[in-house]
Amino acid sequence: MVEASDKKAFEIKNLDGWYGDKAALKGINMYIKTNCVTALIGPSGCGKSTFLRCLNRMNDLIPTFRHTGSITHNNSDIYSKDADPIEIRRTIGMVFQKPNPFPKSIYENVAYGLRIFGESSKATLDDVVERSLKKAALWDEVKDRLKDSALALSGGQQQRLCIARAIAVNPEVMLFDEPCSALDPIATAKIEDLIGELKKEYTVVIVTHSMQQAARVSDLTGFFMLGELIEFDDTEKIFTTPTNKLTEDYITGKFG
Amino acid sequence: MARRAYHKAIEKLENDLIEMSKRASTAITESIDALKNNDIKKAKEIIKNDAIINKTRFDIEEECIHLIATQQPMAVDLRIITSIINITTELERIADHAEGIAKICVMINGRPLIKPLVDIPLMGKKGISMLERVMVAFTKRDADSARAICAEDDDVDEIYERVYKELLHLMIEDPDRIEGGTYLTWASHNLERIADRVTNIAERVVYMATGKMDEMNVSSY
Repeated sequence: MVEASDKKAFEIKNLDGWYGDKAALKGINMYIKTNCVTALIGPSGCGKSTFLRCLNRMNDLIPTFRHTGSITHNNSDIYSKDADPIEIRRTIGMVFQKPNPFPKSIYENVAYGLRIFGESSKATLDDVVERSLKKAALWDEVKDRLKDSALALSGGQQQRLCIARAIAVNPEVMLFDEPCSALDPIATAKIEDLIGELKKEYTVVIVTHSMQQAARVSDLTGFFMLGELIEFDDTEKIFTTPTNKLTEDYITGKFG
Repeated sequence: MARRAYHKAIEKLENDLIEMSKRASTAITESIDALKNNDIKKAKEIIKNDAIINKTRFDIEEECIHLIATQQPMAVDLRIITSIINITTELERIADHAEGIAKICVMINGRPLIKPLVDIPLMGKKGISMLERVMVAFTKRDADSARAICAEDDDVDEIYERVYKELLHLMIEDPDRIEGGTYLTWASHNLERIADRVTNIAERVVYMATGKMDEMNVSSY
C-alpha cells in the first residue's frame, strides 16, 4: 500500500457527488500526496473528472451538482463557509483538455491572472511572465514574440501557455484534465516531461485516458469505475500487479 | 473483451510456448534413448532438429517484442509476456542440453558404454516430468505447484551426485574407462542442468501468477 506517513496535500473523506438525482461519486476516501503526481484513470463516465473538479471547486459552477463529505487542502476544508473559491482556484490551478488561451498576446495570457489580482508593476509582471514561461518550458520558443497573439501558437505550445498562465499566480497544486488528448505525440511528450518537472514545486493531479501516460508520469494512481474509487496505490503496483480484478480487467483492456 | 486480437495473440504465444516445451521434452527422451542404444543416426537427427527449436525461440521472442511495442501490455498481460520471453530462453537451453547428450552419443561413436545406464535415464525421466508439470502450472497460473516443482531439483541433484561418484569410482578402478566415464559424466551434467532450468521456469510461473520475483531453489551445482 501507499506510504501513509508522507505529507498529504488533500484528504478526501466520504465524498459523494450528484448531478441532479444521478450519483456521480460514491463514498470516495483518498488522499493526494504533496509533490507527487497522482493519476486518475477509469472508463468514460466513471467520475474521475468530476472528482478532479471537486478539488478546486470547479463543480460549483455546475448548477445541478451537489456533494456531501469533506475535502481538506493543507488541513483546511475547501468547502467551508469562510473558504474563498477564487482564492482556492488560484492556489489549486487547472489545465483543461483543450488548450484555451485568451484571444490576447502570449504575454497578456500569462500576466492575466496577476492583473486580476491587482498587480500592475511592469517589472514584476515581466519577471513573472518570464519565470512562468520558463517553468512551462515555453520561454525559448516564444521569448522573441511575446506580443504575438497566443492563438498563433501550435496546440502543444498553447497548452504549455495555459500551464504558464496557471503557474503565474503561484499555485500549490496543478490539476490536469486530460491535458494531452488534443495534442500530437511530440507535444504530448513535452507536456509529460514538464509534468515530471512541475512536481518538484507543485502537487500534480492528472486525469488521463491514456494508461501509458498514467504509467509514465505518475507516482500514484487511482482507478475509478461507476463513481467509485476501486483501487488506489503506487503506480508501479497498479500497472504490474493490481490487487482488484476490476482494475486488472480495465488496464488489460478486457472492458472499457 | 475489448482487445480481442491482442488477447488472441497472447493466447497463441502461450500455445506456441507449450508446443516448444513438448519439442524440448521429446528431445530429452530421444537423446537418452540414442545414448542408451548407441543410435548415432537418431543422435544426428536430434542435433539437426535443435535448429527448429532455436528458431521457435526467436519467433516467440519477436512476437513478444512486437506485442510490447504495439500493445503496451499492462499488469498480468505484461507479466505473461515478459515471463514467456524468459521461459522460451530456458526451453531453448533445455533443448541444447538434450542436443549436448546427442553430441556425446556421436562422440562415443558406437563403442560400448562402460556400464548399463540406470540413473541417467532416471534423471531424464525426472527432468521431463518436472518440465511437463511446470508447463501445466504455467497454463493454470499455479504458483503453488510451481514452488513444489522447484523442491524436486534436490532429488535430481542427489542422483547426479550418486552418478558422478559411481563413474569416478569406475574410472579410478580402470583408466581405460576414463574416456567413456567422462562422456557419461557430461551426459548426467546436462540432465542436472535441465532440472535447474525447470526451476528457473517455475520462478517465472510464480512471478506471472503473483508478481513476486523470488529465487526458489539454489542448485548445489
